Parts: sequence; C-alpha cells; structure tokens
Amino acid sequence: MASSPPGEPGDVLPLPYDADSLARRVGPAWKETLLTIYRGMLLGRILDQRLLGLQRQGRVGFYGPAMGQEATNAAVAAALGKEDWVFPGLREQLVALLRGHPLPVYLAQLFGNEKDPARGRQMPCHPTAREVGYVSMSSVIGNQIPQAVGTAWALRRKGVAAIALACFGDGATSSGDFHAGLNFAGVLRVPVLFLLTNNQWAISLPASRQSAVATLAEKARAYGFSGSRVDGTDPVAVFCAVRDAREALLKGEGPRLLEAVFYRMAPHSSSDDPTRYQPPGWGEEARLHDPLGRLEPLLEKLGLVPGPARDRLREEIETEVRQAIQATEPLPPPGPESLFEDTYRHPFPPLTEERDRFDTEQGGHFP
Amino acid sequence: MARPSGPPRESPLSVQAVPVTSGRAPEGLTAADRKRMLRVMLLSRALDERGMTLQRQGRIGFYVPVEGQEGAQVGCAVALDPKDWLCPGYRETAVALSRGIPLRQLLSQLYGDRADLCQGRQMPNHFAFREFRFVSASSPIGTQIPHAVGLALAARLKGEKVVSVAFFGDGATSSNDFHSGMNFAGVYRAPVIFFCQNNQWAISLPRSKQTRSETLAQKAEAYGFSGLQVDGNDVEAVYAAVKEARARAIAGGGPTLIEAVTYRMGPHTTSDDPRRYRSAEELALWKSRDPVERLKETLVREHALTEEEFDQFLEAARAEVAAAIQEVEPLPPPDPGTLFDDVFARRTPQLEEQRAAFLAELPGSGGRKE
Amino acid sequence: MTELTLIQGVNQALREAMKADPDVVLLGEDIGVNGGVFRATEGLLKEFGEDRVMDTPLNESGIVGTAVGMALYGLKPVAEIQFLDFIYPAFDQIVSELAKLRYRSGGQFPCHVVLRAPYGGGIKGGLYHSQSTEQLFASIPGLKVVVPSTPADAKGLLLSSIFDEDPVLFLEPKRIYRSLPGEVPDGDHRVPLGTARVAREGSDVSVFAYGAMVPVAQQACQGLDAQGIHAELIDLRSLVPLDEAALLRSVEKTGRAVIVHEAPRFCGYGAEIAALLAEKALYSLKAPVVRVTGYDTPFPYALEHLYLPSVDRVSRAIERTVRAA
Ligand SMILES: Cc1ncc(C[n+]2csc(CCOP(=O)(O)OP(=O)(O)O)c2C)c(N)n1
Ligand SMILES: Cc1ncc(C[n+]2csc(CCOP(=O)(O)OP(=O)(O)O)c2C)c(N)n1
Ligand SMILES: [Mg+2]
Ligand SMILES: [Mg+2]
Repeated sequence: MASSPPGEPGDVLPLPYDADSLARRVGPAWKETLLTIYRGMLLGRILDQRLLGLQRQGRVGFYGPAMGQEATNAAVAAALGKEDWVFPGLREQLVALLRGHPLPVYLAQLFGNEKDPARGRQMPCHPTAREVGYVSMSSVIGNQIPQAVGTAWALRRKGVAAIALACFGDGATSSGDFHAGLNFAGVLRVPVLFLLTNNQWAISLPASRQSAVATLAEKARAYGFSGSRVDGTDPVAVFCAVRDAREALLKGEGPRLLEAVFYRMAPHSSSDDPTRYQPPGWGEEARLHDPLGRLEPLLEKLGLVPGPARDRLREEIETEVRQAIQATEPLPPPGPESLFEDTYRHPFPPLTEERDRFDTEQGGHFP
Repeated sequence: MARPSGPPRESPLSVQAVPVTSGRAPEGLTAADRKRMLRVMLLSRALDERGMTLQRQGRIGFYVPVEGQEGAQVGCAVALDPKDWLCPGYRETAVALSRGIPLRQLLSQLYGDRADLCQGRQMPNHFAFREFRFVSASSPIGTQIPHAVGLALAARLKGEKVVSVAFFGDGATSSNDFHSGMNFAGVYRAPVIFFCQNNQWAISLPRSKQTRSETLAQKAEAYGFSGLQVDGNDVEAVYAAVKEARARAIAGGGPTLIEAVTYRMGPHTTSDDPRRYRSAEELALWKSRDPVERLKETLVREHALTEEEFDQFLEAARAEVAAAIQEVEPLPPPDPGTLFDDVFARRTPQLEEQRAAFLAELPGSGGRKE
Repeated sequence: MTELTLIQGVNQALREAMKADPDVVLLGEDIGVNGGVFRATEGLLKEFGEDRVMDTPLNESGIVGTAVGMALYGLKPVAEIQFLDFIYPAFDQIVSELAKLRYRSGGQFPCHVVLRAPYGGGIKGGLYHSQSTEQLFASIPGLKVVVPSTPADAKGLLLSSIFDEDPVLFLEPKRIYRSLPGEVPDGDHRVPLGTARVAREGSDVSVFAYGAMVPVAQQACQGLDAQGIHAELIDLRSLVPLDEAALLRSVEKTGRAVIVHEAPRFCGYGAEIAALLAEKALYSLKAPVVRVTGYDTPFPYALEHLYLPSVDRVSRAIERTVRAA
C-alpha cells in the first residue's frame, strides 16, 4: 500500500504559503482554521490506518479508506455552513465526523451494531448522520447527484441560506445521474456545489480513460455553468475554493462544479489489490502529493505545530480512536426485530406476518 | 456556400438565432444532385400531408410529421454511404426515403399490415429496415445513441470503412443515454456521427429550458471531441458538415456531434396541439426559413429549376404517395399467430401453449376490435 | 359530488393537495404550459406558478432523483412520468434510493415521493406506450403501488398517496382516463391505501382485477348473470399493500378465483395472488385458480385487441372455473 506514515515529510512538494499569504487568503482566523483542518486530516489518516488493520483482523467486514483525500475532506468540512447539506460519494465519512457526527456512532456503523442509527443495515463506511445534514449514502455510483439538486431546490424554496454539496468521484462523471443532476441544476439555477473528488482512479480505470475530455471540470460548460479545478492535496486551496463557491451560490449565481484533484493513496477498498493495475511508479508519485506530508512542514515552519506538539496531537487522536473502538466493538448487533422495521412507516401484511413468525422460523433462538 | 437567408440573426422569440454553417462549400453536389434531394424532400412532405390526414380519418393510428426538418434529414442522409449504419428515432422518415427505402414499405409500417416487415408490432413511424442498415427505432428517447457507438466499434473491429449515425433531438441531449453514448464514443474514438436535430422543441419544452448550455454542439467538448452547429434548414450546409464528419471518422479522427438547427413546423405528433405552448409568430418566422423553399429558391436563382418544374415535382410526389396508399391500404392485418413469434429465436414451451390456446379461442375474440 | 372522468379525478386530487399543503410540488415533462400530455396537470401552472409546477428537462432519472432530494428536505413532490414505459432510466433511483432510503438510514431519511405514471394498453400505443409492468415495482420492498379504476378512487387514492408517509407509485390506467365518468366526492376525499373494493357482489366465483381490467371484468360478470353465474368482482386498488383479508373473505365465500391483468402471465402480479390463495385459502378452493392475462410477449401494436384480456376471454375463464368440478 502506498501510504506514507503521517508526519514523515520525505521529499513531498511543499505548500507555497507563508503567514501573510495565509492571512490574506484564509482570513484573520487562519491559524485556527488551519489547525482545525490539520486535526481533521490527522483523524482521517489515523482512522483509515486503524480500520484497515481491523478489517484485516476480521473485526470489521469491509473498509474503504480515503487516504489522499484528507485535505479535501477536512477543508470542505471547515468551509461549509451548519445548515448545508452533504450528499456524500464514497469517501466523505470524515466530513460527517468533522461536522459533529460522534466517532463512536460512526464506528457503530462500521461494526454494524445496535448503536448504529441505521441498525446495521449497510456495509461499513456508509454512515447516515441526519443531525449534521449528512445524507445516507448508497453504494450506487452517482445516485446522490440529482438528489442534491432536489434538496438545493427545496433549500431555496424554503428560503434557507444554505447550499447542498454533492460529492462524487471521477468515475461518477460517466454516470447518467451526473448528466441528469448537472443539467437540472443548470436549468433550475439552484445552490448546489458539485464536488468532484478526482483521485485519478475508479477502481482499476484511470481517470484518463474515464473520459476523453482534457479536464473533468470542463464538463460543467455542457450544462451552462462554470467548472474549476483545485489541488485537492492543498487544504488551503480547497478551503478557499469551497468557501468562495459557497458564497457565490448563496448570492444566487447558480451551480458550480469544483474538481479537487489528488492521489488515491490506498487500495480502492479492503477488497482491492491495486498492484494488478497501477503502474509501478504510482505509489511514489502519490507520496509526493501526500496531503499530510505537504501540510506538516508548513505547520512546522509557521511554528503552529512543532514536532513534539504533532506527536502529542497524534497520540491524543489515537487514544480517542482506541477508546471509541473499545467502547463500540463489544456492543451486540441490532435486535432481530429491526430487520423488519423502517421498510415502511407502518408495516403491513405480509411483512408483519413474516415478522411475527420470524422467531419460530429461525428456530426460536431469539429472546 | 449559401448563407442562411431569411430574417435577421436576433429573434425576439424564445428560439435560437440562426446558426453559423461550417462555411465550406460541399464538393461534388451538382445541380442534378440537389434536384434529387429536393424531390426526396418533397416526397417526405407529401407523405406528411397524407399521413396527418390518414390519421385524422382514422385510417392509420398515429403519425409523426417531419415537416420543417427535411433539409437536415436529406442533407445528412445524402452525405452518407449506403453502407453506413443509421440509428434513427421516430422522426426520421425523410432519412428513410433518402436511403431509398420503398414508400410502400414505409406505408405498410404505418398501417401495421401483413406486408410490414415488423408485423405491425410498433406504432407508426417506428421503422426498421435491416437491408438498408436502418436500425429499428423505438420510442424511449435516447436509447439509440449508445447503439450507434456499438455499431461503429463493431464496424471498426471488422475493418469496414463505414460510420454509424445516431439521430436524435434536442430533448434527447438530456437523456442518460446521450451522456453514455457520447462518453463512450470519445473514449474509444468511435467512427460515429451524432446528428442532433435541434428543432427547438421537445414536445412543449423549448430548447432554452432543456439545458442552460449555450449551444447543444458545445456539449461535445465535455466528451473530448468537437461539435458544430449547422443551419439545419440549409440542406447543402448540412451535407457539407456530415461529409466532413464522416471523412474524419473514417480517417480515425473520432466522433463528431452535429447540431442541425431547424424547426418542427408541425405538431410533435398527431396527439399534440402545439398552439398550447408556442406562438403563431414563431411558427411564421420559421416557415419563412422552410428548407424546401430555401433549396427551391437557390436552384431557381441558379436557373437550375423552374417554378413549373417544382410544381411538377410536387405533383409527382403527391401522386407517388397516393398510388402507394392505394396499393397498401387494402392489405390485411398481420396473421394473428405472429403475435408469438420473435419473442425469442424459438418459441418457448409456455409460448407454444399460449399460442395454441389463443388460436383455439380466436373465432370468438378474433373479430373483436376495441 | 361532481361527475368527473378519471383524469379529472387525478387533476382534482393534485389541486386539492396543492391548496392544502404548500409543500406539495409537481415536476415532470410537459406538465406545465402543456398541462401534461394527457392533461392531468391542466390549469395547475396557472394556479400555482412555475415554482410548484416544474417542467423538467427530458431525463427521468433526473426527475426522480430531484424529487428524492426534495422529499429528503421535507417537501412532498409528485412527479409525473409521461408513460410508465419511460420510467426505466429512473429505475435505479426508484429501486436503489426511493424505496430504500428509510430502511438504510434507520428511519432518519424517509423519502416520500409520489410517482404518477399512465400505464397499460388499449390506446393503440404499441410496445412503448402500453406496457403494464406493475409486478417489477410491486416486488420492491419499501415502495407502495396503487392503481385506481374509477374517477372517485383516482382522486381518493391519489390524495391518500400524497399524504402517505411512504413512496408510492401511482399507476393510472390511461385507457379509461376519459371513457368512464363517475361521481366524485368534492373536497378532501380520501380512500385509504391497502383497501380493496367490492365492485360487485356475487356468490359463485371471485374475480380479481385492477386498473383498466376492472371494467372489462365487470362487463364479463354482468354478461354471466343471465346464465345464472353470479360472480363477485374485487377491485384490488392497491397492489402494495394488498388487502389480503378482502381477497380471502371473498374466496372463502365463493371457493373459486379468476385473476385478470394486462401484464404478461409469467411472474405477473396474478402469481402472487395465486400463491396467497394456495397458502391461505387452499381448503376453500373448489377449482383451480385461473389467470387471464396478457401473453408472454412484448406488447404488440396491430394485434393489440387480441393481446389484451377481452370481455370474451374473461367470461370464458369464469365459466370454465365455475363449471370445473
Ligand atoms: C452504478 C455502479 N456501478 C458500479 C459500481 C462498482 N463500483 C464501486 S466504486 C467504483 C469506482 C468509483 O470510482 P470513482 O467515482 O472515481 O470514486 P472513487 O472510488 O475513486 O472514490 C465502481 C465501479 C457501483 N458501486 N455503482
Ligand atoms: C425516456 C423517454 N421519456 C419521455 C418520452 C416522451 N417523449 C416522447 S418525444 C419527447 C420529446 C422529444 O424531444 P426531442 O428529443 O427534441 O425530439 P423531437 O420530438 O423534437 O424530434 C418526449 C418527452 C419518451 N419517449 N422517452
Ligand atoms: Mg476515483
Ligand atoms: Mg426537438
């Protein structure tokens, strides 16, 4: 796996900022913002490492890491407003956490146990967090895109000053729902920001073969609005781009497409073996663009997070993660009756009969 | 190259300005060629006239007029090779006529009779003529677009120097299949031409509300190849654009999207009443750009055609349609037993059973019409 | 009470719902200026404005996906699919999203959308303006499927659907949109989902039908009175939830069942009813259950009248059932 350990600067590409430029671009609260983002990124990286490990040990069934996407995720979370709605693609779980979704609840989803608000019904990494405006994700690529348009329309109709954020990958740009969603958004001019997380791979297909277009961002023109690209390994750039786009959306300037480009630094998922298809140099190249590797030297240079502070912070997060895992892992699975709940608001026959005879049918094992 | 005549570029109406043509003069289109094209356009128009009335008289069930789009369709079809594959929608009657598909066969499809190659299985205007590489049209919008890409790839694989053409409307550019077809064509550089007839309307939805994209042609850029707008009522401009696109495709230069800007002068179909959603002024404006009149005027101006000759052509077209109707109308409906054919290559046991029961019951229910 | 056609019943339900609740919004192709290709939304654009009666671009997945997003936020979108035959680009949104959001989110994101779609044959629409594929949708947990057959039910069931809490596919039998006017209660008339209607009482055989097959079956039943065969006709009205009790009650009384639908027989909705009777009413049955359905072929154009269950075919099937044993 091609991930670099956090904090090992190596020969990464430096981030081109100093205190002045940061104050100018991010604003007076730039230090807090940067620290928040960094902490978020670190949480994302540590979680990915721990959970991939748990998956290998058979303690969670599946895992989809977001290594490489940490800067984008954390910067997006920092730039969004409380009332905004997030329609995740495959790898924005960190955004939910940074918007306040409790870590133990998130982990309960991964373990599929009784504390999971969705009652263990989905594969790991498919959280639902209504309390932070984070919509239940499905595994089907692209489906969330027109949904975000509908919610953006509802936000506008209700007069709420908020946007809908639709996240999706480079692969999703080929889906019918990408076309439908962007076209509807253009026609309806709703406050939706399309965030294309281009990690350059859709499982084994490189982005260059996903479409013959020069840059995916250009696709926005086909729908009558503008698209732009941002270095997705640069949290400052992503933060500013999302913040500015959001402001424009709130002014009623119509939808936008933002393509954040970064490197997928891990397998597609725990079920994937990228050595089958990635060129040999990929891991090395990706390392140069490791968002944590790029940010940490800058923080050090700015005197914000010197080495020892970084170690303490990492330890603190690791403890938090460890404790959350310890508290969550032993919880029992959801009650068997939950199998039948939430199919409809009020169940009816034959579903109710299936529920009523479930226990006998299963051999009377349940209390 | 003939510049679009007619009213000025800026129109106060909810329609697009007259577009630019590719600007290149078509090579090898003689006056005689253009007269032949005119005659096909007139034949299509004559068929439209009768098709609309036949439907009103209850003699056929439904009709889809081409009126206004003959220039785009004939200009495109003539620029192709007879071996090129066509993936039409339901409005491509003039394309079919251009290809030389006999009028009688088209009429048999409209009547859904025993001579219809499709055994009356589809609504009128949903043609299929394998012999002419005119692929079966269906009603769902856009589905033929990826088919054209598949055909083009297959032809390339087989080493055939042909292209395929997907015909579709402005409305179809919103469909998922447009997106899939265009994207696949770009990725595989398929020898395919996407021929979009922007007739300004998708039933009641004007082009401006179909997408906020400034032109439909520019959508090609999203897939990494080029698109161009052409005046679809200028048959020669269309011809030139398609010729060029075809040459590029054959040379391995990949697909092209052509947006032929035109106008549906009639209703969407016989089930539609366009007065509910568009103005008389708009229609009048576009009638002044009628592709038939445009070609006629050019030919007359060049002294290649006289008014009398034109009238003769029109009369001949009408007579041809009338004669074909007379021939086809008395034909009986398809044999009832055919209902169970072509579901699969061979009838399954269930279908055999149903067919036997059906035929046994026929005397009772066979004569009944709803 | 006012005499209305079925499509007017639909129109009235939409108007009532929109007047009652500002969260009800309509979207679909040609539903605004044009009032819908069948005129179901006639006059609504004028009354409620473009913001609540939205003409959309030509993309069904976009229509359903956008409606899902609106519903997630708490609106009550009613989307029109111009013909059921054109719903398939949206199948993914329906199967993967609409029907599953409540379940997969543990009830946090219920998603109440009504999809209206004209369906069924009898209008000379050929393969793509005629199909009955209700069985595809009835087999998706999380989705309700409702089919009115009278103007009053069209209004009452649609209003109940709009104010239900689950997603509903509302199938409108377009063949009888205008042909069979009937009395419709004024105002907020609701018919609860999941209740079948006894269209005609009888003692000898139970006939189960829905949509445009109800009047066909009705005619067949009436014709058999003269021969001393008294058929009971049950209009299912709601395929999901199904009013099992009403079906079982009827079969327990008559001991015989004939099921009529336009859709092909194989894996059709009739198979579900036959299975229900086999599981729960076998000992009441005096004769095999009989299905009268479309054939297992695509829907034809020229031979449509031979494809659809006709009064004759239904009559013969009823007779056969009654005469058996
Ligand atoms: C409609 C659909 N087709 C196929 C898949 C299987 N699949 C899961 S992820 C994936 C690739 C997605 O790539 P991309 O959109 O770039 O997102 P990434 O995984 O790179 O974040 C595929 C093909 C799916 N989930 N949904
Ligand atoms: C998938 C699908 N949705 C809806 C329809 C109904 N419908 C038939 S034609 C049409 C408009 C098509 O417009 P356009 O693509 O511009 O072609 P035109 O009819 O103008 O030639 C619509 C909405 C359909 N046939 N297929
Ligand atoms: Mg990707
Ligand atoms: Mg059109």
